[in-house]
Amino acid sequence: MLSYIVRRTLYMIPILIGITLLTFLIFNVLGGDVAGRLAGRHATPEQVASIKHELGLDKSIPEQYINYLHQIATFDYGRSWSTKQEVSTMLSEGVTPTLSMTIPPFLASIVFCIGLALFAVYLRGTIFDKGIVVTCLGLMSISSLVYILALQYFFAYHLGAFPISGWDPSFSGRWQYLVLPWIILFVLTLGPNILVYRSVITDEAFQDYVRTARAKGVASSRVYMKHILKNAMIPIITIIVIDMPFLITGSVLIENFFGIPGLGGMVVKALNESDFPTIKALTVVTSIAYMFFNLLSDVLYSVVDPRIKLG
Amino acid sequence: MAATSNATMTAAVPTTASHAKMRNSLWWDAFRRLKKNKVAVASFFVICVYVLIALGAKLGLLFPDVAIGSPSMQYLPWSWEHPFGTDVLGRDVLARAVHGTATALSVGLISSGISLVIGLTLGALAGYYGKWVDGLIVWLYTTIDSIPYILLIPALTFVLGRGLINVYIAVGVTSWVTLCRLIRGEFMKHKDRDYVMAAKVIGASDVRKIFRHILPNVTHLAFVQFGLGFVAAIKIEVILSYLGLGVDPSTPSWGIMLDDSKLELSRPFWGNLAAATIFMFGLILSFNLFNDALRDSLDPKLKNK
Repeated sequence: MLSYIVRRTLYMIPILIGITLLTFLIFNVLGGDVAGRLAGRHATPEQVASIKHELGLDKSIPEQYINYLHQIATFDYGRSWSTKQEVSTMLSEGVTPTLSMTIPPFLASIVFCIGLALFAVYLRGTIFDKGIVVTCLGLMSISSLVYILALQYFFAYHLGAFPISGWDPSFSGRWQYLVLPWIILFVLTLGPNILVYRSVITDEAFQDYVRTARAKGVASSRVYMKHILKNAMIPIITIIVIDMPFLITGSVLIENFFGIPGLGGMVVKALNESDFPTIKALTVVTSIAYMFFNLLSDVLYSVVDPRIKLG
Repeated sequence: MAATSNATMTAAVPTTASHAKMRNSLWWDAFRRLKKNKVAVASFFVICVYVLIALGAKLGLLFPDVAIGSPSMQYLPWSWEHPFGTDVLGRDVLARAVHGTATALSVGLISSGISLVIGLTLGALAGYYGKWVDGLIVWLYTTIDSIPYILLIPALTFVLGRGLINVYIAVGVTSWVTLCRLIRGEFMKHKDRDYVMAAKVIGASDVRKIFRHILPNVTHLAFVQFGLGFVAAIKIEVILSYLGLGVDPSTPSWGIMLDDSKLELSRPFWGNLAAATIFMFGLILSFNLFNDALRDSLDPKLKNK
């Protein structure tokens, strides 16, 4: 077990190199004339050259890559081109708004969707089950943009029940700006979550131990709550851990719409303003977070399920 | 040794042939089951209607004057002539939605086509050759998979610039991971099976074994993934275009319509939001339902259920 965890952790090194190589390729090689973009259309060649020198873009590609790795290791991504702030400061300031937006609907959705999925499996084959599946597919067929646009318009603008957008840095004043984003995020996760939990629980419902439990006269509710749910928790936990990067990236569009100063809103803003250092830093940081969550889910899976043999 | 292999081979070949004659292959089975599924037939029909709409728009049969509007016709409410009204430039919103169908379908088709080719090829190579080839390909897709797509795809279109072709490329080169992983697993299972051994004994080359022998046995996975990729690509195009990283604003796109509608809801003008949502809902829902039915019909485990 320990050797597996160590091996799996060591495997992160090549992946980390891959992530840095790929983002470097996108931004420094495919990105084209970065200095020209920053300098603007009316810059003289001398200005462009001096910006190039300042950013280290006049060095060779391998040298630039080494510099880039150094940036990542020291968490020093330079200054944002649009706000002139330190990118690392912006990132760390964006974490709490994002998490306070994503964690409540994430948890609520897990509990609600597992409950509904259990119910759907219990009524498997009936019109209720089919209705739930079709509703989920229907919910997933609408662009997330539409949910945000329509719900923001209806609740915040038309009914005036919530502020349209805004932010309060204090925890106590924050929630009034967050309720509507929470609702939207919750609704967005319903379709995919219910379907995936339903299929996982269905897989368990056909196992032999379920038949045995029924045969010895265990009450149906107990079969579901004790036997099936307990065993289904193994894949469910993995799904939850795999979904965890959603806590960082799940809110990109919503934060933009509601003016929440988190990481997601930062992504959209940086893309709109061609803010290279910020986009680059956001991509690398979230990818590394992703990688850790993947590691966590693999390790957790092997810890939780004794049937998994570690080769 | 040679005798045994020959025996296996002669036994194997007529079975396949007679199966084809009896139309009893996986594909015919799946087709029969799909035909019985009313939801699948209905959603397939809807998808065909969308394809016809897109073709009609592209061939200039439907709303050829999509780009033409006049300022005097700005934000007309709905009428029989303009069922969704007209937009800020006085263009018919229905015409924009119809032409947006062509954009959406082309993104779905070409992007998931690109990812299909990459996923199949790399998956086959990794699964068949194993060793360092496998290591390299697994490393590549694990890396791509580690970068959240909501950042990777916008970052790519951001550096490539906006435009339909860049959307095809950005979505295509980033969304092959799941297919590749599945195909790799199947090739690892299949490469040591008897029929591949038999092919090897009669001197089939690696290319022939991969493409003529193993690949036909795993294409059903590619079909299902293609459908899922199609839907995902359309959704991503809408978001990219909304973010200003997708198609050019002059190209009719549902994402651009949603972007426009953001500022129009308070007028209130609902045309763009309603048209884009309804068109997209019909297409994506039919695809989702059809994919679901297709996956079930191709799953041999569900055969007798």
